[in-house]
Amino acid sequence: MNDAVFVLTLAAAVGAAVPIALAALGELLAETSGVLNLGVEGMMLIGAVMAFQVGDASGSLWLALVVGGLAGALFSAIHAVLCVTLRANQIVSGLALVIFGTGLSTFIGKSIEGKPLDTDFTPIRWGFLADIPVLGPVLFDQDPMVYATIAIALVITFYLNRTKAGLAVRAVGESPGTADTMGVAVAAIRYVHVMLGGLLAGMAGAYLVLGQVPSWSQDGTTAGIGWIALALVVFASWRPLRVLLGAFLFGFARRANFWLQGEDWAPDIPAEFLSMLPYLLTIAVLVVWGSRDLRRRIGAPSALGVAYDRDER
Amino acid sequence: MSPAVEAGPGASPGQPAAIAAVNVTKRFPGVLATDAVDFCVWPGEVHTILGENGAGKSTLAAMLCGLYRPDEGHIERDGKQVRLRSPRDGLAYGIGMVHQHFRLVDRFTVAENVVLGDPHQARILDRRAIEERVAEIGEQFGLPIDPRAVISQLTVGQRQRVEIVKMLYRGADVLLLDEPTAVLTPPEVEALFTTVHSMTAEGKAIVFISHKLGEVMAVSDRVTVMRAGAVTGEVATADTNQRHLAELMVGHPVEIGTRRGSNIRADVALSATGVTVIDGDQTLVDNIDIEVHRGEIVGIAGVSGNGQRPLARALAGVITPTSGHVTVAGADVTGKGPKAARRAGLSFVPEDRLGTGLVPGLSLTDNMLLTRPRGFIVDRRSARAEIATAIDEYEIKTPGTEVQARNLSGGNSQKVLLARELAGLGDPGGPQAIIVSSPTRGLDIGAAEFVRGLLHDARERGAAVLIISEDLEEVRSLSDRIAVLYRGRIALEGATDELPFESIGLAMAGVAHEEAP
Ligand SMILES: Nc1ncnc2c1ncn2[C@@H]1O[C@H](COP(=O)(O)OP(=O)(O)OP(=O)(O)O)[C@@H](O)[C@H]1O
Ligand SMILES: [Mg+2]
Repeated sequence: MNDAVFVLTLAAAVGAAVPIALAALGELLAETSGVLNLGVEGMMLIGAVMAFQVGDASGSLWLALVVGGLAGALFSAIHAVLCVTLRANQIVSGLALVIFGTGLSTFIGKSIEGKPLDTDFTPIRWGFLADIPVLGPVLFDQDPMVYATIAIALVITFYLNRTKAGLAVRAVGESPGTADTMGVAVAAIRYVHVMLGGLLAGMAGAYLVLGQVPSWSQDGTTAGIGWIALALVVFASWRPLRVLLGAFLFGFARRANFWLQGEDWAPDIPAEFLSMLPYLLTIAVLVVWGSRDLRRRIGAPSALGVAYDRDER
Repeated sequence: MSPAVEAGPGASPGQPAAIAAVNVTKRFPGVLATDAVDFCVWPGEVHTILGENGAGKSTLAAMLCGLYRPDEGHIERDGKQVRLRSPRDGLAYGIGMVHQHFRLVDRFTVAENVVLGDPHQARILDRRAIEERVAEIGEQFGLPIDPRAVISQLTVGQRQRVEIVKMLYRGADVLLLDEPTAVLTPPEVEALFTTVHSMTAEGKAIVFISHKLGEVMAVSDRVTVMRAGAVTGEVATADTNQRHLAELMVGHPVEIGTRRGSNIRADVALSATGVTVIDGDQTLVDNIDIEVHRGEIVGIAGVSGNGQRPLARALAGVITPTSGHVTVAGADVTGKGPKAARRAGLSFVPEDRLGTGLVPGLSLTDNMLLTRPRGFIVDRRSARAEIATAIDEYEIKTPGTEVQARNLSGGNSQKVLLARELAGLGDPGGPQAIIVSSPTRGLDIGAAEFVRGLLHDARERGAAVLIISEDLEEVRSLSDRIAVLYRGRIALEGATDELPFESIGLAMAGVAHEEAP
């Protein structure tokens, strides 16, 4: 057994978890407000390609990250307009976002396809903590986005459970009619949270091209992470901290190859299987989705996927 | 211009009305819901809106609280014209409404529901302080409630208290209560009236919507009667009586009589033996035996939340009892699902008409089709004919047969449901046994009397009828026998005319049950 490689794999898994976690936390916000957005993959692609363009031109990682996030947020506004204002079918609109995002990002990314980016996030070393065996490299020697992601999950947990605004968001996702009667601005809240979801998905895409695979390729960059993020929200029962944990597990699964290659007991898992995984998960989620009772039991917001119309009773 | 009305008993002279609707008209596709209505309430006054189903009471209240905007006319608050664009605006002006269908988030606690949307709340919630304040308001106005309880675990009566506390917490000075007593037991109604009076003593203005004449007389200072969207009269309670109000409301005199079965047969068409329903560690229905004979009405009385709902659902085959058996017209249908129960001749009218009874988003025609035998192709034409006949016969107020069920008022949807469930009565393949939950809940006296007539008629034509209702008067007026449900058990059972009113009341409160060895 190769311990050093295992620890390296764990450390790499933390990095790989960041885009999954960011995208899933964003989706969690949108879904908590009652809007299902299947377009995560599309928003990530837009965020990624815009971030790469800006990173390439300016050389500033942080500027690129911000632009990637804003691009994702703007792109998600399409979904908000369609689903909140025009009350379109959320599933159809979300899928349209994926298709549109794929096309648009290919178009924007033509000039940079395959080009490398030579900057990278510098890890933060937490003094002597970084020298602790195993824990050190895994937790205390990571790039800033890892800590930012953990902080975001904690902030979301606090926001949803302990603040006035968070209470309103949950109410909008549970029972928009009640929230409306109580003076909560249902449409505004849904807009904001769909777009926060877009922001985080855009940042997730940006982080992929800036920190994980420093190059842009339309079919290789996201590789189904958007779909994994969607599934993760369900498996985590809409709880931010569980999303973090789940993201780490998926991150580990994505990096496990690295470790398993050197182990003779390990079976050969074909790469095709791993690239299939996101879609298998999506199917599993849809199965869960099909049962209303199951949905309730795992804690899905009661009004998830349902447009709100005040005059309809 | 304010409507010219004398100040009520609670009002000081020269004071403007707390809230007024001036000449408001509201149209829905195909209906004139309110037609140039003038209405006002003084501070410290209880003003009742009385009217039949679909008269426009809820619509008027919805305009007063900002949920609907009037097409014509306007709303005045303290004598000044206000423009209410949403319930949020209404609340900002101190106007709060308790809806017929509660507006509560089931998964939230009482305290969470109370502070939801409150603009005066600090950004970060101080749970302890909120919970204390909620308990305090509850105490002040006689609305005891546990601020930490989760709504889905509360009884209907408790939920209503949460609704009222919610509005008081937000500082509402005008409270609109839409049929608040429809879901309450007699003691709860008494408690509500005490609450209402403690609110008017504080100078709050109360709009009270009701069908029940006795309650209207007991609680209100003034009564506005509506019919078909228009005001047909406004009187001070002191100057009127029940008969007069009933006439204003329906347009002709009405009488509520007691009826019993004239031909109860020996054979049992609906029976339950040892039916028990256990959910998790809670025993909801505990070893219940019931027999309903052909030509007989048996009434299940009891305070809501004592097992009525699971019992009805177990009998109708919607849920499988944990143990025990259910037979319909001799056939054992236990655990075979609602379809088998229906095939054996059981009709079921559940308490939530829109949802379990009717599909809100389907047309009336399609709702009729739901329980009809299904071939490969649906027979819309005969269903349409059937609903069209029912609309005439039952006097259902609807713009047509193709409107969605959700657009009907409470009473009218109940009539549609009964039309479907009672169809084919007396035919060999028709209903043999009928279970009806809260048959006249939310119905005006005219409609309620009509429904009681239907049930009586079903009994006389040989059906076995089981009524499950929290309204003791209703149960007593129709049933041949009564069983009182308390904590999932039958606490008292006997022929209606041999059971004194007091012992039924005590059994409902669990007294007889607790004292029994
Ligand atoms: N949102 C709506 N869309 C269409 N029609 C409506 C709507 N709300 C009410 N109506 C119609 O307006 C009329 C008045 O309804 P409203 O609910 O005000 O009656 P109500 O007096 O409260 O009756 P009930 O005693 O049955 O509650 C009814 O004919 C009803 O069908
Ligand atoms: Mg009403």
